[in-house]
Amino acid sequence: MVTRGVSSVTAATREPGSRASRAAAIAWRLATVVDVVTETPRARTLVLDVPGWPGHRAGQHVDVRLTADDGYQAERSYSIASPPEEARIALTVQRLDDGEVSPYLTDVLRTGDRLELRGPIGGYFVWDVAFGGPLFLVAGGSGIVPLMAILRHRAGALLGANMRARHGVPARLLYSSRRWEDVFYRAELARLAEDDETLEVAFTLTHEAPRGWTGFRRLIDRMMLAEVAWPPAERPKVFVCGPTPLVEAVATTLVELGHDPALVKTERFGPTGGSA
Amino acid sequence: MTVVLSVVFATARTLNVAASEGGVHKAMTEPFVSRGFRGRRQPGETAARLPPGQYETRDFPVLSAGPTPRTPLATWDFVLRGVDGPAARWTWDEFQTLPHETVNTDIHCVTKWSKLNTIWEGVSVDTLLAEAAARGVKAAPYVLAVSDGGYTTNLPLGDVTGGKAWVAVKYAGAPLPPEHGGPARLLVPHLYFWKSAKWVRQLRFMEHDAAGFWESFGYHNYGDPWREQRYSGDP
Amino acid sequence: MDDETRNASAERVDGEARRLDGNAAAGILSEIFVPDVTAAHATCANCGTIRAMGALLVYSHGMGMVMRCPDCDAVVLRVARPRRQLWVDLTGVKIIVMAG
Repeated sequence: MVTRGVSSVTAATREPGSRASRAAAIAWRLATVVDVVTETPRARTLVLDVPGWPGHRAGQHVDVRLTADDGYQAERSYSIASPPEEARIALTVQRLDDGEVSPYLTDVLRTGDRLELRGPIGGYFVWDVAFGGPLFLVAGGSGIVPLMAILRHRAGALLGANMRARHGVPARLLYSSRRWEDVFYRAELARLAEDDETLEVAFTLTHEAPRGWTGFRRLIDRMMLAEVAWPPAERPKVFVCGPTPLVEAVATTLVELGHDPALVKTERFGPTGGSA
Repeated sequence: MTVVLSVVFATARTLNVAASEGGVHKAMTEPFVSRGFRGRRQPGETAARLPPGQYETRDFPVLSAGPTPRTPLATWDFVLRGVDGPAARWTWDEFQTLPHETVNTDIHCVTKWSKLNTIWEGVSVDTLLAEAAARGVKAAPYVLAVSDGGYTTNLPLGDVTGGKAWVAVKYAGAPLPPEHGGPARLLVPHLYFWKSAKWVRQLRFMEHDAAGFWESFGYHNYGDPWREQRYSGDP
Repeated sequence: MDDETRNASAERVDGEARRLDGNAAAGILSEIFVPDVTAAHATCANCGTIRAMGALLVYSHGMGMVMRCPDCDAVVLRVARPRRQLWVDLTGVKIIVMAG
């Protein structure tokens, strides 16, 4: 969903994180759905035009609020999938069958509808190219969404940069999903990895794999992390996102392997790995 | 059906208070409505059993304010503490020898879900108070329930006596799971469910009322769902 | 993800499986603090450990949001919104150093 050439002039009207943009961040806004993209049978990306959007950082999220005609409201958080370089924000939502909000966003909402949201929110689980690397990203299921914003930002920032700059921020992604059909952004991840020798992407499928699968075929465990992660001595910036049990197990294991806890940032999505 | 809904859920209506930023909508006479959104509510034949503002749920939401305590049964005890003087204490084994009752009741959470026909098994607080009195524990007008992990909630004595309260050890026929307050929780179904303290370990008598964890933080001191006493200041 | 959760640890469908990071509190905290506080550092009043607010554990209880110290589990911060008023309990936090 990275659309190159789209002007980002209107997106960042002020420096994200500055006091003025902070006051703007907490107000609810009415966004318009301008596009809907099917990612997997259960997930779609909503592309939103948000008037007055103050800009955001990769890793941040928005709060979405739905209101029924009798005034009943439900609120959930969704990570922003699009990088700060894009004027429109993208949210990738996975449908939870017993969810209250996600089925509305995946089944009912359509282009032209409006959606109330506020943001961007969160200054902890964020990464800018200036933070440097090496970068180690671990995604469980829909936890890939904020990490994709990070990878898109990294790709956009390094576009045309010289070899030295690219090698200054090498990145690895370890992405766990149940099945190949559940993997978000398949084509884009393949292309990013192909175009950029400083990016490596490893998948693990935990339930079912296609014929001829050569990737990992199990839950993320200590051995896998030891194999895929940068050595602790390189002091990678680590971002782990997904269902709470996965995030906690991965973060604990990385610290046991010797990674500095201060460099391991986590975003737990709760028990089911997504906002219901 | 529509009429019932708009009466029951009128309290949820909000206005947007917004700064005059570009793109931010101001306080509107007609609040934004999400096209086609209904939410999880299920009105119907059970409406009469639901207190105002509640909806029925078929599952059993877990609300946690902290990590799940895991006190081993070998070290678990339950204490009824008098204002001064002796306290009554039961180990898990001793607690099991007390007469247990089965209770079928509706429960109502202040976060608006209600669950009907929930089945519990436990020891009536009346039984515990009688046992404690026999051991010289002096009652007082108020009670503070104290749980593992530090949670507290306060109740008048009259709301835990007369067959209104239990220390429950089973839910739906099985030992109470930790996420729902096991091994034992207070059960006071006529009040909002935050009063049914999970992981309860003590009932402490008090001469004067003292607000517990939520009562001291914006929630109603008493919490009658039928008068919709959710927040402090509600009549 | 549900099956993975169950396989990983059957008994963990409880308070721990539901807990979140400080980020989850960022929305409501942004209504109280003007600078983004999740990147700021807080000292737990109970055990003295200093860490980023974003690294605190958030228990998003429906009645309020409770942030706890990952080391000692003490309540660092509590936020509730009864009747559209914002209640904030900061008694569990000793110092907050705002990141510039």
